[in-house]
Amino acid sequence: MSELHGLSAVELLVAQDRGEASAAEIVQAHMARIAATDERIGALLQVLADAARSRADAIDRRRAAGEPVGSLAGVPLALKDILCTRGVTTTAGSKILKDYQPPYDATVVERLADADAVPVGKANLDEFAMGSSCENSAFWPTRNPWDLGRVPGGSSGGSAAAVAAGQAPLAIGTDTGGSIRQPAAMCGVVGVKPTYGRVSRYGLIAFASSLDQVGSFARNVTDAALLLEAIAGSDPRDATSVHAPAEGMRAELDDGVAGLTVGVVGEFLEGEGLAPSVRDACRRAVDRYAALGADVVDVSLPHAPYGLPAYYLINPSEASSNLARYDGVRYGLRVDAPTTEAMMAATRDAGFGAEAKRRIMIGTFALSAGYFEAYYAQAQRVRTLIARDFEAAFADCDVLVGPTAPTTAFPLGDKTADPLAMYYNDIYAVPASLAGTPAMSLPVGTDDDGLPIGLQLMGPLLGEATMLRAARALEADLGLEAAPSGVGPLEAEGRT
Amino acid sequence: MSTAAVEAGDVSGTDYEAVIGLEVHVELATASKMFCGCSTDFGAPPNTRVCPVCLGQPGTLPVVNRAAVESAMRLGLALGCDISASQFHRKHYFYPDMPKNYQISQYDVPICAGGALEVPAGQDGNAPVRVGITRVHMEEDTGKSLHVGGTGRIHGADESLVDYNRAGIPLLEIVSEPDLATPEQARAYLAELRAVVLALGVSDAKLEEGSMRCDANISVNRPGQPPGTRCEIKNLNSLRSLGRALRYEIDRQIQLREAGQAVVQQTRHWDEAGGIDRLAATLPELPAAARQRLVAAGVPAEAAGVVVAAHATGVLDDALAAGAGPGEAAKWLANDVTGALGERGLELGEAPLTGAHLAELLAMVDEGVLSTKLARQVLEGVLDGQGSPREIAAAHGLEQISDTDELEAVVEQVIAENADAAAKVAEGNDKAIGALVGGVMKATGGQANPQVVNQLLRERLQQA
Ligand SMILES: [Zn+2]
Repeated sequence: MSELHGLSAVELLVAQDRGEASAAEIVQAHMARIAATDERIGALLQVLADAARSRADAIDRRRAAGEPVGSLAGVPLALKDILCTRGVTTTAGSKILKDYQPPYDATVVERLADADAVPVGKANLDEFAMGSSCENSAFWPTRNPWDLGRVPGGSSGGSAAAVAAGQAPLAIGTDTGGSIRQPAAMCGVVGVKPTYGRVSRYGLIAFASSLDQVGSFARNVTDAALLLEAIAGSDPRDATSVHAPAEGMRAELDDGVAGLTVGVVGEFLEGEGLAPSVRDACRRAVDRYAALGADVVDVSLPHAPYGLPAYYLINPSEASSNLARYDGVRYGLRVDAPTTEAMMAATRDAGFGAEAKRRIMIGTFALSAGYFEAYYAQAQRVRTLIARDFEAAFADCDVLVGPTAPTTAFPLGDKTADPLAMYYNDIYAVPASLAGTPAMSLPVGTDDDGLPIGLQLMGPLLGEATMLRAARALEADLGLEAAPSGVGPLEAEGRT
Repeated sequence: MSTAAVEAGDVSGTDYEAVIGLEVHVELATASKMFCGCSTDFGAPPNTRVCPVCLGQPGTLPVVNRAAVESAMRLGLALGCDISASQFHRKHYFYPDMPKNYQISQYDVPICAGGALEVPAGQDGNAPVRVGITRVHMEEDTGKSLHVGGTGRIHGADESLVDYNRAGIPLLEIVSEPDLATPEQARAYLAELRAVVLALGVSDAKLEEGSMRCDANISVNRPGQPPGTRCEIKNLNSLRSLGRALRYEIDRQIQLREAGQAVVQQTRHWDEAGGIDRLAATLPELPAAARQRLVAAGVPAEAAGVVVAAHATGVLDDALAAGAGPGEAAKWLANDVTGALGERGLELGEAPLTGAHLAELLAMVDEGVLSTKLARQVLEGVLDGQGSPREIAAAHGLEQISDTDELEAVVEQVIAENADAAAKVAEGNDKAIGALVGGVMKATGGQANPQVVNQLLRERLQQA
């Protein structure tokens, strides 16, 4: 696809270097693409047209003047609307922050500005990133570009859909228990959740602090790695950010998998509830690894089946604490009432959606005196066991593989009445979240309905480079790289 | 413990000993706040020492202040604590002056644990004591609420304003073991701890300004018995408050137990300025108690009631102190004084009558200087502000004539003028003497002592 909105980030950088396209033209092409598609998809809560154009113009002027430009100069990008942007409304997908304008930029936003990336919009999400379908957005559900009757996954559904639909080659998402990987799988794009602490969380509106991590979406592995390099690195404002060099994500990209040991996680691939089409696609991918010269071995993460229940204690517990600050006193929604206490209660009642309230209730219960040991502390012990499972597996393997999600994209409304069925989407994603290890989703094919299937790759702590190398090798072998998935079907009639 | 308690006198004379532990908060003198770079300077205009972090803006994260941690460690070392890797926890409660609706504090893994402070013998006479330090932990302060209009409290104010300048100021909480037995020891401990903090320079530790704050846990028990239910007392913002509040609380708990009532575990707020005990001490003698006391002093019950109702207890007390008889003085106050004041439309407090005046008046009647009738005249003068009874009687020539030589001449004259009556008396008709007495009184302008006149008349007529 030669249109600008079909090019990858790397291709757009090259086009500018060669003088074949300006940043302004690139931004204009993506604005047109957004205008043509987003009414149907609803990926963006806010289009940053003016800011994007003036930023593009500034980049073009600097380029023309021979001044240096950043590593993502002129590349459009969608920003999940849970990262704070100074003076620009940041909602976290919630009514309680509907008109909230942060007084500061998230570290990731600053780093993207330093890299001269051009944010074109703020992407829709499940409220406070709580959900697996984007249907918990307080504003509207985002639709899957591959099938507008289906969900894009969540919670970073807007980011995934924007990239799949060609609204931007890159997007920032956040992943707490699969919120990058699962929508990436369902939208047929690459989504990377790096090691916990790789990317600063300063300015990421907290959901479950011990799990939240910022990561990248792209239509290919190289772009995703490029974006990750731009945002990673320690940050004095985030005490949990790790002191490891941000560069090197792309260092091994073209080294192939010969000599690598790829572990196939039995608990994932043999799990109940895994759609046969997904299992088959993953098995074919594993076969390709063997064909490409990797040592393929079976591995076990014996405590992984306990991951989902542990996750759904830790996550609401931390959420209930993090969401305590939304009380109408300092910022965001305020519903007036005769007393301060009544004002707080009325504000929270009107401002939070059903899923946020559910997690606040569960979390407050789990953390309350007398239950803390039985729930939160016990879940943390499970977490330790799962982290040890990963350590043991990585003693023998360079990368682990399995399905990203149990099914392909499901129809809108299919699971909204059943929270447990919705939570089940995260079953293969949460173990890596609990262990803090890097993990990603790579498109490896489609099911009989033409819906994308994602393979999950998991690396050891700070082992992104090798994980990305394994992903890149399979991507090249499968030959899906050049076709931005979702764009074609969207333009064809009759798929809605 | 019990020995010291008895020496200090707080529980002496009772069968109880006290168990006291203190929680002391110290505001650290670091240049910046606990988890952000905002200045800690005092007295800046509201909400000018704030940033996204200490305002709890969405997405912000705390980064701990190295200087605050080092201050905590230095104090821990000075108190002989074990210093170890520690953990922060979130303490949740919804309150508008807490930006995140939780306070970052330390819970089960504090930075310092298990030290002690040697408290020297003090001027109060308290024995030296070694006080165990349970823990020293770090936490952040809250903002300050200001409730405007209406009731001026959080419930019922028209508006509540919040100043977050103080939100996030680093605090150390120093928790003592319950090793203190008396208010004096507690004061000495707090003073010694303050001296240590000042010597280290980690805080200016001003109790009155709130950079050092103290809460106390206190219980009482009988010797040999386990500690009783404890209460927490907050807002002890001076050494004096600490001593007074502990003394009050010990007393309160002992009284409850003596009355067979349970001490309920609770948090109590010390109000130094408007202390209930202080107000109670300012209450006057109430009517029931006054009546009871007057009756016990010999005042007839009915008169006591009138005196108390007329708010004349003070005048009566003064009169009694000046030597007046209780029955007479009360009767005069209840009848003559009250009546005369009623005619003038005055309250007793508005009249110039003092207890000393009343005592003097009664003494003059007693001495025979004034008849009852004259005494009433003199009283009118006193109530009109003419001076003391003796001054008034002298000025108006109202003293009674009791001198027999002076009266004998008048008696002779009256007998001469009333021969019939005199004859009847001489014949034994006693009733007729009244006319003669009346004649003498009339002749003397009422100043003659009727008893003396009576006696003179009988003597004269029996002789005849
Ligand atoms: Zn601050």
